Amino acid sequence: MVNPRTLYEKIWDAHVVERRPDGTCLIYIDRHLVHEVTSPQAFEGLRLAGRKVRRPDLTLAVPDHNLPTTPRRDAAGNRIPIADPQSAEQLVALERNAPEFGVRLIGDADREQGIVHVVGPEQGFTLPGTTLVCGDSHTSSHGALGALAFGIGTSEVEHVLATQTLLLKQSKTMEVVVEGELAPGVTPKDVALAICGAIGTAGGTGHVMEYRGSVFRDMSIEGRLTVANMSIEAGARSGLFAPDEKTFAYLKGRPMAPKGADWDAAVAYWRTLHSDEGAVFDKSVVIDAADIVPTVTWGTSPEDVVPITGAVPDPMSFADPSKQAAARKSLDYMGLTAGQRMQDVAIEHIFIGSCTNSRIEDLRAAAALLQGRHVAPGIKHAMVVPGSGLVKAQAEEEGLDRIFLDAGFEWREPGCSACLGMNPDKVPAGERCASTSNRNFMGRQGPGSRTHLVSPAMAAAAAITGRLTDVRELLVTKEGMVA
Amino acid sequence: MDKLTTVEGRAYPFGMKNVDTDIVIPAHWLKTISRTGLGKGAFEVLRKEPGNVFDDPAYAGSPILIAGDNFGCGSSREHAAWALADLGIKVVIAPSFSDIFSGNAFKNGILTVVLPQAAVDRLMEVARTDPIHVDLDAQSVTTPFQDRFSFEIDPFRKHCLLGGLDEIGLTLGEADVIDRYEATQAQERPWIVPASAAAVA
Ligand code: SF4
Repeated sequence: MVNPRTLYEKIWDAHVVERRPDGTCLIYIDRHLVHEVTSPQAFEGLRLAGRKVRRPDLTLAVPDHNLPTTPRRDAAGNRIPIADPQSAEQLVALERNAPEFGVRLIGDADREQGIVHVVGPEQGFTLPGTTLVCGDSHTSSHGALGALAFGIGTSEVEHVLATQTLLLKQSKTMEVVVEGELAPGVTPKDVALAICGAIGTAGGTGHVMEYRGSVFRDMSIEGRLTVANMSIEAGARSGLFAPDEKTFAYLKGRPMAPKGADWDAAVAYWRTLHSDEGAVFDKSVVIDAADIVPTVTWGTSPEDVVPITGAVPDPMSFADPSKQAAARKSLDYMGLTAGQRMQDVAIEHIFIGSCTNSRIEDLRAAAALLQGRHVAPGIKHAMVVPGSGLVKAQAEEEGLDRIFLDAGFEWREPGCSACLGMNPDKVPAGERCASTSNRNFMGRQGPGSRTHLVSPAMAAAAAITGRLTDVRELLVTKEGMVA
Repeated sequence: MDKLTTVEGRAYPFGMKNVDTDIVIPAHWLKTISRTGLGKGAFEVLRKEPGNVFDDPAYAGSPILIAGDNFGCGSSREHAAWALADLGIKVVIAPSFSDIFSGNAFKNGILTVVLPQAAVDRLMEVARTDPIHVDLDAQSVTTPFQDRFSFEIDPFRKHCLLGGLDEIGLTLGEADVIDRYEATQAQERPWIVPASAAAVA
């Protein structure tokens, strides 16, 4: 019998094309998502070398980062000019490159367009047990469905386009176990932030994580996508969930998922994809679900987390002198002082969106709080950017758009938007945003912007009160919400 | 890709820990569709601070960068490597690197050298006044003061950097192994071809 293997090892072994004497492996790539930011130079490289795309059928192109979230086409279907010439140039490059190399493009005029990491699962392009890459670090998201998914750079994009393989060294394995039950008001985002806080942004470096334990088993696919998305913030290139009945139910009938006899064969195979009894992980982190509360970030790294009931930490409270210096710098940038209560921090902007939290469940969670309420007077700008056109359509069918609009939010077209401010959606310098995205780096949402990472429910709560707020307070005051 | 054998010159005594790729090259520089010209955006935010090492004439054009732990964390953007390359940096020395960054650096002909913190501290000290010598073949970093630090490197990466070899060309040379893998996969997991792609074909 073979030795017990982890889920990661099973997927890895199934994709080894060739093993080199030094342990490096040529790994086959089953799925390649391409967007407009990290692909132009790769296609340019192929063109210059006279190379073609080896498997266009396993490749899918979707623009997301640069698209404006205001209407993109006029009534006649013509593009409304994009103000930033460089954004327009990247989009046009993708629209030229995809057909030239025979790659399917879901373009800005298509209903299915959205953030690549929302579109992949939604279309059934992402499948359990596949290797999936994209020139974007949040490719880890797709691990929610049991795909070994990781971000790559543009040279690797070019390598995959040309060869459908990558040269890789096997990673170490790390299990992140959360057992117990999440309390009301505690969401998958809080779990993800708690993990970043517990292990730090370098905690998972060199490892592929596997999320295990009752909290993850009970979590919806959408929640798993949120958690897997942030694996990279904890230093791991990939984060895996073993596929289960929920995964199969989620995928069944999706446009690009297997059909008929193929579906049955696929499910039979997917059922073998779990870490074996006795499989050994190189590292193990165990967190008690009862210790996780609604969480916010105070600094400029996703590991800078604190319970919403807590206060801004004193830089001197960190043992490591370099962390002390970093914390001082962060507080200076964020305009916060040690000891300040997080719930006293006033917010001017609300962003509900990004590949972390822009799926239908996220919008439902925020809308549930906002129903019959309005954003506080201090909020200058609040917006919802659905993760895809299909999410947007679904939300509109459920009437969520009305709830957001009535509450004073803007309801936008899908894309990355203020997550990184490549399009016009930016947070002005010195202003503060409660954001459902995944990164609070300096300048991430625009030069000088100050970001507090929160869950969709917490973003809605901050919108209502105009300050960082413990969502549980609003849940208890609104009858019937805690159930 | 240019060959990299030895690099001798001044080094930026940067030393900062956890330098994420947003610090190396802010997001608004990602809008390019070409690989060159990004040096102007490298460390843009830090360069607004007076007295930063990157605008100190003493270090102008240095081919070596010395940094702290976890260099290149954050996003997978290869622009970080392009920006450093465009700035003229050929070697980055640090106690640790993010996996993605060191891979990207290598693919762009930049050598990442991992040395213990004490060695990095010593090199930071030397860099303020004197040049540093990096020898890839010998896998060593030396100073004019008899310091000598050895480093490890993956043999394949070393081979490629020394020869200036293009990875894609190397892999395409093994197309027959990839063909064989695909043939087996088509037998065992025919459903791997996306449904809509299969319908079109
Ligand atoms: S939403 Fe943000 S994190 Fe996600 S792919 Fe877009 S820019 Fe990256």
